[in-house]
Amino acid sequence: MAEPSSRRMLAGGRIRARRLDAGMAQAELARQVGISPSYLNLIEHDRRRIGGRLLNALARALDLEPAQIAEGAGGARVERLSAAALARGRPTSDAEAFASRFPDWAALVETQAEMIETLKAQVAGLSDRLAHDPELSASLHQVITAATAIRSTASILAGNEALDRDWQARFHRNIHAESLRLAESSRRLAGYLEAPGEGDGAGVAALSPLDQVEAALDRLGHHVPALEGPNPAMSPEEVAKGVAGLDEAAQDILTVWLRTYRADAAALPVETVARGWRETPEPLALASRLGCALPRLLRRLATLPPGAGPARAGLVTSDAGGALGPRRALDGLTLQRGAVACPLWPIYEALSQPGRPLRALAMMPGETASAALCYAVSTIEAGPEWISPPRMVAVMLMLPSDTAPAETTRRAVGPGCSLCPRDNCPARREPSLLPTPSRML
Amino acid sequence: MARRVLLIEDEPNIIEAVSFILSRDGWTVHTHSDGASAAERVRAHPPDLVILDAMLPGRSGYDILQELRDAEETRGIPVMMLTARGQARDRELALSLGATHFMTKPFSNAEVLDRVRALAGG
Repeated sequence: MAEPSSRRMLAGGRIRARRLDAGMAQAELARQVGISPSYLNLIEHDRRRIGGRLLNALARALDLEPAQIAEGAGGARVERLSAAALARGRPTSDAEAFASRFPDWAALVETQAEMIETLKAQVAGLSDRLAHDPELSASLHQVITAATAIRSTASILAGNEALDRDWQARFHRNIHAESLRLAESSRRLAGYLEAPGEGDGAGVAALSPLDQVEAALDRLGHHVPALEGPNPAMSPEEVAKGVAGLDEAAQDILTVWLRTYRADAAALPVETVARGWRETPEPLALASRLGCALPRLLRRLATLPPGAGPARAGLVTSDAGGALGPRRALDGLTLQRGAVACPLWPIYEALSQPGRPLRALAMMPGETASAALCYAVSTIEAGPEWISPPRMVAVMLMLPSDTAPAETTRRAVGPGCSLCPRDNCPARREPSLLPTPSRML
Repeated sequence: MARRVLLIEDEPNIIEAVSFILSRDGWTVHTHSDGASAAERVRAHPPDLVILDAMLPGRSGYDILQELRDAEETRGIPVMMLTARGQARDRELALSLGATHFMTKPFSNAEVLDRVRALAGG
């Protein structure tokens, strides 16, 4: 007769199994607990029930808890052991017997199974990060590229006895330059992967280049007086070099940002925008009044000195691939970078409708959650040559939700599917790690 | 007449090393660093073999590969893709777009030489 897939061991069977594992004769156990061997035999074959003093005595003699004899291994532990067995294609029928007979080993197996699942989740998260984190991908690319150049060049030097001195010198210089690049990119990569709080004292090693730039811009209030006016005191490059706490990559990113800032400041002086905003506090109308492009005005409104424009503002830019530039948060609210963002934010809708201005009141989930009045638009910039592919950039200005006109469309957005608790979202791409209302029922 | 290789790569020291080993083996090596104009360069001066880096400024190597395969005049030119990303999906993408061979960085000079000889009949 085939055994059921989950045979449950009774108390007598547990006693017998434990006795045999301990190498104890039936007569010896019977003597220790003060009963006859034949009576013990009946107990072990579940023909006599036990309890009370005899149960306790048997448990003491077998070095078990009375509950382990009476109830067997806990249901939860048996379930976890069964799940671990199933995950590895092993039969689950002996999970309870194993847990009852070898409770310490069962605890060890259970702990290790949990550790394996945790590590698998961490690996999956790291793999996902590699796939979706452009900064990590770029850093790795730098490391591999430098290693490639070093390997190829060193191979030439090592294998070429007839190499003339000029070539030797040239290749040695190349190796030297690439080794410096490898050292710097490795250091940066290691710093990027280190946990927060580790790294050098300035905290530079713990922040990605974009994070460094955002921190620097936050310190500056996203306004750069040195680049204002018809004859700025400094160039964007000089300003970037003068910002403390930036590595080379961060300086490059900041320089690009500052060049755009300088162009915006030249086209829209502070006084012009401030006066316009006082009289026309609506971006689309103000852009029309000032005769300027809406993306430029949106950027400018987020980079004015205090008192010159909106009381508080946030700004996000995105390229066609969804990669976000340096962000300015509105009261702590901004889009996630690196992770897969919520596609319902107006900035992403703008990418699919170049030139069309969008306005929406974006509402995060939760009764007391944040909201922001968003103005978004995307533009297509031509490449440097006729055959160059166009470059699309979207800009989204975020203003306090209490400034939203009454007729503003409300848009439910989120922090990204994996962290969003919204139920029945039409844009959901993956299950949430957080409990959604339907899961909590 | 020496066979011609067009190396489309933007890293100067990799260009120098690969050009050196191929030139010493008798190949005429031309180089091009800008992704945006790479396809036009191939059309204007068709080589016997293209070595194409996947990550280029201005345009990705995969886009360039697709354009070369879409055009009749460049469809038959062998293309060896170089990439720092060696996962199976990158290889599958390159081969599905028509790459003749796929090589991950860092590579060995001997491997590059062997493959160039095999692909361009040297």
